[in-house]
Amino acid sequence: MMKVVVLQFPGTNCEYDSKYAFEKLGADVEVIWHEETSIPKDTNLIVVPGGFSYGDYLRSGALAKFAPIMTAVNQYAQNGGNILGICNGFQILTEAGLLPGALKRNDNLHFISKFNNLKIINNDNPFLSELNDGDVVNIPVAHHDGNYFIDEAGLTELKQNNQILLKYCDANGSEININGSVDDIAGICNKQRNVFGLMPHPERAIETLLGCDDGIKMLQGFFK
Amino acid sequence: MKAIINVGLKKGVLDSQGKAAHHTLDTIGFKEIVTDVRIGKQIVMELNCADVATAKEEATKMCEQLLANTVIEDYEITIVA
Repeated sequence: MMKVVVLQFPGTNCEYDSKYAFEKLGADVEVIWHEETSIPKDTNLIVVPGGFSYGDYLRSGALAKFAPIMTAVNQYAQNGGNILGICNGFQILTEAGLLPGALKRNDNLHFISKFNNLKIINNDNPFLSELNDGDVVNIPVAHHDGNYFIDEAGLTELKQNNQILLKYCDANGSEININGSVDDIAGICNKQRNVFGLMPHPERAIETLLGCDDGIKMLQGFFK
Repeated sequence: MKAIINVGLKKGVLDSQGKAAHHTLDTIGFKEIVTDVRIGKQIVMELNCADVATAKEEATKMCEQLLANTVIEDYEITIVA
C-alpha cells in the first residue's frame, strides 16, 4: 500500500484535507508533527501541506525550514524520495532550497481565493503522469504570497530542464497571470524531478459535491 | 551592542506594497515631492559580542541563513556600539 506522510507545523491547516484526499485514493496516510526527527522508512511520498506555518512570521515558510523534521526531509529528498509542497508547502520548499525561486506577495496585494484553471506544461514526472501536456484542470487557489519569482538566469534553467509543470490559464488553456508570477508559473519541480511545488490546492478538488474533482487526476500520478 | 538590520526587496524586484503606498501618497497631495517608495522591514537585535567586527560578521550570517531571502531581498546591517 502507498504510504504518504503529511507534515504538520504550528499553523498548518491543510493537513487533514491532504490526509482525506490521499486516503480517498487508497493510501495509508500519517500526519507527522514538526518536532519529529525521522520519516518512516516505507514512506512513498511526503506532502508539505498548506496553511500558515509559524504564522507566516518573517516570511512565508522562512521559520519552518529550520523545524527539526526538515533535516530528515532534506535527506529524504537527497535519496530521491518524492516530495509534494502545496501552497505554504511550496513556500517552505523554496525557503529550504529544495526548489528554486521564491514566492512574493501577490502583485495586486489581494488574498486570492477562487477556482482557477491550470495548464499542464510538462507531464514527464511522477506527479502529473496521469495527465497530458496541454490538459486543463480546475483547481482552487488560496494565497496571499503566491507570486512566483525567479531571476532571468533561473527562468532559463527552468525552461531548459522542463521544470515548469503548471501555469495559470483560462478555460480554453490560454495563459493568464493572476498574481504577478514570472511566466504565469503555478507549479515547478526540481532538476532531479522528485520535489514538486505548486500554489493551487489539488487536495481541495477531490469531490464533485464540493465543486470539482480534478485534483484526483493530479494526485493519482504518485500511485503509478 | 545593537544591530539594526534593514531588509527590503532587491532593485528590479517589483515592490507592490511600495507602489500602492506611493499611489496613495500621490492622491493625498504629495505627488510633486514623492518620486519613489520602497517598503521593507527593520530587525533590531541586542547582541552579546566583544567588538563591532564580530557583531557584523554574526549578523551577516543570520541574514544569509534566516533574516533575508537573498533570492528576492537585500539587507543592510548597522552596528551601534
